[in-house]
Amino acid sequence: MAEPFVGPSAVAERGPAVPGRFDRPGIGTFLAYLLAIAFFVASIDGIGISVEDLVAGIPGIGRMIGQMFPPDLSRLDSIALALLETFQMALVGTVFGIVLSLPLAILATRSQTPHILLYGCSRALISLFRTVPDLVWALLFVIAVGLGPFAGALAIMIDTIGFCGRFFAEAMEEADHGPQEALTALGASRLGRVFCAVIPAALPSFIGASLFSLEKATRASVVLGLVGAGGIGIELKVAMDLFSYAQAATIILSIFLLVLVVERVSTFLRQRVI
Amino acid sequence: MLALQPRPLAADPIRVEAAAPTPLAGAAVPAAVDLDIRGMVKSFGEAKPVLNGVDLAVLRGQSVALIGANGAGKSTLLRCCLRLIEAEGGSVRLLERDVRRLAPRDLRRLRARVGFVFQRHNLVPRLSALSNVVHGAQARHAGARYWLHGLAPKAVREEAMHCLDLVGLPHIARQRVDSLSGGQSQRVAIARALMQRPQFVMADEPVASLDPNAGEEVMGLFSDLMRREGLTLLFSSHDLRHAVDYADRIVGLRAGRVELDGPARAQDFAGLREIYG
Ligand SMILES: Nc1ncnc2c1ncn2[C@@H]1O[C@H](COP(=O)(O)OP(=O)(O)OP(=O)(O)O)[C@@H](O)[C@H]1O
Ligand SMILES: [Mg+2]
Repeated sequence: MAEPFVGPSAVAERGPAVPGRFDRPGIGTFLAYLLAIAFFVASIDGIGISVEDLVAGIPGIGRMIGQMFPPDLSRLDSIALALLETFQMALVGTVFGIVLSLPLAILATRSQTPHILLYGCSRALISLFRTVPDLVWALLFVIAVGLGPFAGALAIMIDTIGFCGRFFAEAMEEADHGPQEALTALGASRLGRVFCAVIPAALPSFIGASLFSLEKATRASVVLGLVGAGGIGIELKVAMDLFSYAQAATIILSIFLLVLVVERVSTFLRQRVI
Repeated sequence: MLALQPRPLAADPIRVEAAAPTPLAGAAVPAAVDLDIRGMVKSFGEAKPVLNGVDLAVLRGQSVALIGANGAGKSTLLRCCLRLIEAEGGSVRLLERDVRRLAPRDLRRLRARVGFVFQRHNLVPRLSALSNVVHGAQARHAGARYWLHGLAPKAVREEAMHCLDLVGLPHIARQRVDSLSGGQSQRVAIARALMQRPQFVMADEPVASLDPNAGEEVMGLFSDLMRREGLTLLFSSHDLRHAVDYADRIVGLRAGRVELDGPARAQDFAGLREIYG
């Protein structure tokens, strides 16, 4: 038989207790929060925030910006060349980095690695490449191979391996297991399985990560010039050091343009390919 | 035709001799045993064994349906035969090789001779149907030339097209498999298995994810191909009608053992349903 109608009030009386909106934190969690907040406050103190300095600096910034306009286009040709070199450095470094990260990433994928020891070593190498900042690599390579874009390209390559190696490995780890099992079942070799079942599945992620690392490398290659690793960074530093802000403005604008174009093209390619 | 002695529903392990069939009508020599599983044990973790002493022999050219409730261990049994997962106990002889003792290289050679069709076709989604069929050639050859149809030698491409033709899909050769219907995908998977030039084919619920019509069609095609090529077939199914129609022999798994074994023709649905009880 149908149950008698139960009104809302009746439900409220009989229903299970509604849980609280928030879980009350334990004493440990509470202390951790407190500590984190205290540290943040101390950090504000630590960096010496000074509103006076900021206010006093504003006219200086204004004056500099004033001198930047109109930008000085007299050295446009050499700036364009430096810009081209910057992008070439980024491109070559990224492409070599991507090519080298693929085998490394295969070794660093738990489900595909031929040996657990190789897995550990390749993981460690990738972490090392990723955790050491690109500027440090650039400094090292400037010492090793001398000033110039070659050092910068090497630094970018290492940085790319650190980034792509990790992403490629993650993408391959997540690849659908079904096709891999099918390849195993028909007697394919390990390499056959990786190239036929794993890489096709991970390809969209690979392309996304590769394009992103090209964008990243383009931005990085500008900074690498500051330590003498080739590219337009050194031009910017010289212009700033000589207080020729109008020239610096041209350089900054052209960098902005380069980064923008690379990002646009990469977004376009990403949409096309994926 | 193969005719088997109906095996009584028995709780004790059944010896292979008991399963020995009357030889092919008119043939003087008994048919070879292609698959001989004895006392197979497999458990996952602490739980009670999924397979608890399975004995099963399959003769050359036979078509055997494996039935059993969800979780009875049909997929596990099939996977253990190719060591896609490792059994814990028992022995498996497949195409005259002692599967559980094979070195990796020999295991690959054995797998190459055995086609395996999965419930979810397990094709490589972003590649063309033809590339997926070409993959089957990796059973015989290693190397990058067998990774994509664009790289494959002419003879291999032709053979792959022939396999696609056998399953009635030559016209979708260049289409990406993720754009195919379930029935088409499963047929491509069958073509990939044929590309291996297998001697034995296993199929784990090959049509379970297809609608009834497509399922009927694919199962009919599959079984015809196997018969025509004289291949031994071991397939699992939840469709008792498929088991009766397309198998010579039906084997039922329950509680980790073979609880039913007999010629397909002699079975009635009520009797078969007992395996699910
Ligand atoms: N990789 C695994 N890890 C843990 N348990 C598993 C694994 N594979 C299978 N099992 C368990 O083993 C048992 C048998 O599974 P199996 O897939 O072989 O059954 P099945 O007969 O194929 O069932 P279905 O008809 O549903 O396909 C199930 O209880 C399942 O939970
Ligand atoms: Mg199953």
